[in-house]
Amino acid sequence: MNNFLLLPILIPFFFGMILLFGQKKLGYQRITTLLGLMISIICAFALMLNVNQNGPQIVTFGNWPVPFGITMVSDMVSALLVLTTLVLAFFIVWYGFGSIGKERERFFYYPGVMFIVTGVNGAFTTGDIFNLFVFFEVLLMASYLLIVLGGEKAQLRESIKYILINVISSALFVITVAYLYSVVGTLNMADISVKIAEINQPGIVTVIAVLFLMVFGMKAAIFPLYFWLPSAYAAPPIPVLALFGALLTKVGVYAIMRTYTLFFTHDLAYTHELLLILSILTIVAGSIGALAHFDVKQIIIYNIVIAVGVILFGVAQMNEAALEGAVFYLIHDMIIKAALFMLIGIIIYVTGTTNLRKMGGLMGNYPALGWFYLIAALGLAGVPPLSGFIGKLLIVQGGFQAGNVWTSIFILASSLVVLLSVIRIFIYAFWGEQGQLSSTMNKSTYNLLFFPTIGLVLVSILYGVGTEIIQPFMNEASKVLSDPSIYSDAVLKGGK
Amino acid sequence: MKINNVILQFTAKFVFFIIFFFAVHIFFAGHYTPGGGFVGGLVTASAIVLLIIAFDLNTVQKLLPINYIYVVAVGLILALGTAAFSMFVGEPFFTHFFDYFYLPLFGKTSLHTAALFDLGVYLVVVGVTMTIIQTIGEDE
Amino acid sequence: MEIVMAFACGFLFMSAVYLILSKSLLRIIIGTGLLSHGAHLLILTMGGFGGSNPPVLADGVTEYVDPLPQALILTAIVISFGVTAFFLVLAYRAYQELKTDDMTQMKGSENHE
Repeated sequence: MNNFLLLPILIPFFFGMILLFGQKKLGYQRITTLLGLMISIICAFALMLNVNQNGPQIVTFGNWPVPFGITMVSDMVSALLVLTTLVLAFFIVWYGFGSIGKERERFFYYPGVMFIVTGVNGAFTTGDIFNLFVFFEVLLMASYLLIVLGGEKAQLRESIKYILINVISSALFVITVAYLYSVVGTLNMADISVKIAEINQPGIVTVIAVLFLMVFGMKAAIFPLYFWLPSAYAAPPIPVLALFGALLTKVGVYAIMRTYTLFFTHDLAYTHELLLILSILTIVAGSIGALAHFDVKQIIIYNIVIAVGVILFGVAQMNEAALEGAVFYLIHDMIIKAALFMLIGIIIYVTGTTNLRKMGGLMGNYPALGWFYLIAALGLAGVPPLSGFIGKLLIVQGGFQAGNVWTSIFILASSLVVLLSVIRIFIYAFWGEQGQLSSTMNKSTYNLLFFPTIGLVLVSILYGVGTEIIQPFMNEASKVLSDPSIYSDAVLKGGK
Repeated sequence: MKINNVILQFTAKFVFFIIFFFAVHIFFAGHYTPGGGFVGGLVTASAIVLLIIAFDLNTVQKLLPINYIYVVAVGLILALGTAAFSMFVGEPFFTHFFDYFYLPLFGKTSLHTAALFDLGVYLVVVGVTMTIIQTIGEDE
Repeated sequence: MEIVMAFACGFLFMSAVYLILSKSLLRIIIGTGLLSHGAHLLILTMGGFGGSNPPVLADGVTEYVDPLPQALILTAIVISFGVTAFFLVLAYRAYQELKTDDMTQMKGSENHE
């Protein structure tokens, strides 16, 4: 019993509620949001150290005995993801001061961000499959608000499709949970893991595994369920896009990771093979999109799809190296995607267009922006010593260990496509003739956008260079993922 | 648009209170029998909607000058505060407390912190429903 | 009884899919409503039927219905209520802005190349 692990969920929720008051006072809204996120970051950091020392922390709501109440479990994977989420939210909110616009800030933008952070952290922390659904809905409700906020025509049009897709996938989630409940008779994730191991995963459980893959795959944007993502994500303004791109798809990826390492580990030849094939197809589809478009937003959005494929490839290997790589790459991708969205947000602000063909020659006026973009782009592609390298290395190493030689080589080759797609932005926007420049540019707004972006790029560099320091935490995380009994023992026996 | 419908307006004034007190009854009945904050909140909202149908949105807003967003916020704080209270006394989150008290008029009554949580739910439901109805009803 | 419920769920899903695939936005929203009703009914069925037994465990009660599915349904109903309400408001707003509720006219292509 340890209530401390709830603080990174409850503090953003509490601040979100008090932000509902005083909606017109911008200074109050901004300061309160940053303050709330800062306190949460400190708590999440302390929680991570605590988990590292004492093993997974659990608390069961309402003092119920363990398999019956709703359990919240904070193991290394969830502690790391919660910390990353809060840090990203901090930088994105800071960036939003310069670009989100006063109209949106006055209409519950900050409470929306706080509720989305609550939902994401809750989904990362929960140890109950139905509670996972509830936290998904919390974050989806907040995301519905954020995607439609501002009420532009494109936003209204796309948000209808976004909501429809998510309503259908939520209904599927409920249906899948119902099937699972009828088979194992429990909702506690640790207990489900034990029960499925006892009945040795009969065919029906494999069907449920595939249903879960569909449900979470729709959120994580795997092939062929990613169709809604590019147009829906292009509609909202850049800070919201960064928040969605960095956090929402990753919640789906986390859920696949959790269910496929904790529950469905007894029929690897079917479930994980399927995951492997889908992850490869996801990378192919994402690569085609990323190379085909000349719209900077679309290029980075399709890169989300590629990254999802790479992470799930790591999960599909089911060995310690690949899982460690998957966690490494997941957190790397959250940071670097947010940074890239912020960078292209600045490029769009400076040029006033999203079309690459109209850009050009920014290097002369904005050299710092160019170099930081280049660093982020190389980091995304996984050039050592930047942050993407170690994750991809471990994933590929795990792939070789599992005997998937060709697909592992394919993953390596896909890095080149990623590099090409983001370097294309660099070449078109920063080199060559002077292209279009926005007339409404002003220097102070530019700085307001630039500093948080630099901060986040520096975080990603630190994450890459400081691999040595982070590695023990990642190792701990991969141990929990590769051995389900650590998780279930911690929950069911309440042991340290 | 003002509707001049005397019978509806006259009845609505009475029926509003009947529905509202029925909502209060449902809310407290939820302690041991079917009912509770969610249903109570919806019934209350329906009572206010009846007033809006009988009169119109502006009149009702003058009558009940409430910012429903604040109602939602207060409800959420109440619900979270009740749940979080147990954290401060060293019990797991959401642990509830109850005891029996002898109150004047009521006699032996069981008082339960879950009722405070339910009050929070009630306020959230009223607030959210009314916000939605106002948003749709505003532009005519 | 399970067979009857299975047919009921299947019928709800069938109607929901039919409505969701239609052009009108309002029909689509009604379809999502039916879809979640079907899902809720499915949870109830999957929890097992206990006849008229009470869903409480108290001293001396040996025959009882599993109370968990009912709690799950309540949660799911509240959530689907909220989402449907939001969806309706959004559809109304979209109708005002875009002057149509026909999904075929809401294809987003002008931003793309």
